[in-house]
Amino acid sequence: MSPRLTVRKTYKAYIGDAFVRSESGRTDPAHDHQGALVANVPRCSRKDVRDAVKAAVAAFPGWAGRTAYNRGQILYRAAEAVESRGDEFVAAAVRVRGLKEKAARAEVEAAVDTLVHYAGWTDKIGAVLGGVNPVAAPYLSFSVPEPTGVIGVVCPPEADLLGTVAAIAPPLAAGNVVVALLSERWPTAGLDLGEALGVSDVPKGVVALLSGRTAELAPALAAHRGVDGLLDASGDADLRGELGRLGAETISRVRHVAPAALAAAETRLSLSRIEPWTELKTAWHPVGA
Amino acid sequence: MRTMVPVDRVGIEERAAALGKRSIKADAKRQGIRLATSMIDLTTLEGKDTPGKVRALCHKAARPAATLPDLPPCAAVCVYPTLVPVAREALRGTPVQVAAVATGFPSGLTSLAVKLDETRETVAAGAQEIDMVITREAFLRGDDARVAYEIEAVKEACGPAHLKVILETAELGSYDHVRHATTLAMEAGADFVKTSTGKASQGATPGVVLVMLEAVRDYVQRTGRVVGVKAAGGVGTTKQALHQLVLVRETLGDEWLRPDRFRIGASSLLGDLLLQYAKTETGRYGRPGDFPKE
Repeated sequence: MSPRLTVRKTYKAYIGDAFVRSESGRTDPAHDHQGALVANVPRCSRKDVRDAVKAAVAAFPGWAGRTAYNRGQILYRAAEAVESRGDEFVAAAVRVRGLKEKAARAEVEAAVDTLVHYAGWTDKIGAVLGGVNPVAAPYLSFSVPEPTGVIGVVCPPEADLLGTVAAIAPPLAAGNVVVALLSERWPTAGLDLGEALGVSDVPKGVVALLSGRTAELAPALAAHRGVDGLLDASGDADLRGELGRLGAETISRVRHVAPAALAAAETRLSLSRIEPWTELKTAWHPVGA
Repeated sequence: MRTMVPVDRVGIEERAAALGKRSIKADAKRQGIRLATSMIDLTTLEGKDTPGKVRALCHKAARPAATLPDLPPCAAVCVYPTLVPVAREALRGTPVQVAAVATGFPSGLTSLAVKLDETRETVAAGAQEIDMVITREAFLRGDDARVAYEIEAVKEACGPAHLKVILETAELGSYDHVRHATTLAMEAGADFVKTSTGKASQGATPGVVLVMLEAVRDYVQRTGRVVGVKAAGGVGTTKQALHQLVLVRETLGDEWLRPDRFRIGASSLLGDLLLQYAKTETGRYGRPGDFPKE
C-alpha cells in the first residue's frame, strides 16, 4: 500500500454566515513556528471588508433586537461548539505555534471560559450600566444601554484562539455585530473559530472573520461609514494614528487596547470591555402627582 | 409557418457572462455610473402608488441626490396612466421625460380597441413615452400578424409619443422566441424594444439583453433605422448596470451609449449607484441606509 498524501487545507473567510474565498482570489501561505507550510489562507481584499460590513449592517437590527437572554444562550452555544472541538484547537496550537500541550490546553479552555463569561453578561449589562436617575421633578428618568452597531475589530497580531475570542465576545454580548480582521501571523485558529461559529446558532452576518494583511485591510475597515466603532488591538503605534484619523472622519468611536491586556485573565474578563460598545439612552416619563 | 433565426444558447450565455467579468475601476466606473444614472427610467408600478409617491420619485429623478449635485438627472419617470398628469406637473421645467405603461399592462389581455383608447388618453394626458406590452397569448399561439398589427395600431395611436414595446421575455420561453419577437416589434415600428414588465420572475438577464442587442444590430445594419433598447427588471446593482453597458458597447458600439438609445428600467438601482458614486467622491464606503431605496 502506498503512503497517503497529506491533504493541505485551503481555508475560507467567514462572511455573512458563508465560507467564501476572498473576492480577489488571492491566498497567502500560513506557516508554523518552524516555517513549514500549514495551510493556505485567503488574503482578503477591501471588497471583502465591504461585503462583510454590508452583511453586518443588515444583521445588526436582528441581533440587537433579540432578548438579552437569547443572545446569552447563543453565545453559550458558541462556547459549546468551541469546547467540543477543543482537542483540535489544542493540537493545532501545538503544531502551529509550538506551544507545550499543557499551555495550549489552558489557552483553549480560557477561550471557552471567556465566551461563557460574556454569555453570562448579556442580560446583566442593562442592570449594571443603566438605572433610574434621581431627578427633582415629578418624572421617572431612566437610562438604558443600547448597542453601538457594527464594530470593526483588529485582532492582536499574535492572537490565537484566545486573543480572537477576547476581542470579539464583549461587543457581541452588548448586542453589537462584529467584523474582525484576524491575526496576520497566526490566522488559522481564527478561521477554525469561524468554522465552529458557522455550525453554532450565531445568526447570519453577526460575526465576520477575515484573514489578510492588516496594513491593507484595517484602514478600509476604519474608513467605512457603516462601521460605528473600532476596537484596535494591533498594538501598532503607526496604525494607531491612522485608524484614529480614519475613524474620526467617519465618526466611528475608536478604542485602542494593548494585546497583553486581552491575554491576561484579570483584564480580559471585565465589564469595561463591554462598556465602550454601548450607548446610554435616557428617557423621561411623567409620574403621577 | 413561422421561421426563426436559431440562437446559440450556450454561446450567448458564455459571451454575456464573459463580458460581465470585466474589471471596471476608478474613472471608467465613475463615468459608467454617471451614464447609467442618465439612462434610468425611474419606475413605480404598484397598486399602492399615490400622487405623493410619484411626486417624490419625480424630484428624485430630476435631482438624484442633493449631496452629489454633479450627477445628471435620470432619463424618465415611468408610471401608470392615471398618474401621468401628476408626474408631468412635478417634472415641469426639467429634462426628465414622462413615460407611462399603457395597453392593459402588465398582461396585455384586453381588446385592441381598449388598448388604443388607453394609449390615446395617456398621450393626451401628457405622456411623452408609451411602454406597451405585446399580447403574449397571440405571440405564443404563433399569430405574428396579430402582434405586428397591434404594435402598428398602437404606434399610430401614440402620435408624437415614443413607443417602447415590452416583450416580457421571461414568458416567451426561449432565446429563439426573444430574438424573433424583437425583430417583429422593430419591423412593426417600435422606437424601443424593452425586455420585461418587471412583474415576471425573470427580467433583463445578460443573455436576454445580448440576444436583443444582436437582433437590433442586425436590424439597424439592414434598414438603417435606429431602434433603442430598454433593459427592465432585475437590474438592481451598479455591477449589473455596468455589465449591461459593457454588453451595449460591445454589441452596438459607442453610439448606443446615450439615454435616447439605451435605457434601464429600475426602481431600486439608483440607490446603489449613488452609494458607489459617493465612494468615488469621498473614498469612503457608505452604509446601505445613506440613500433611500425608493
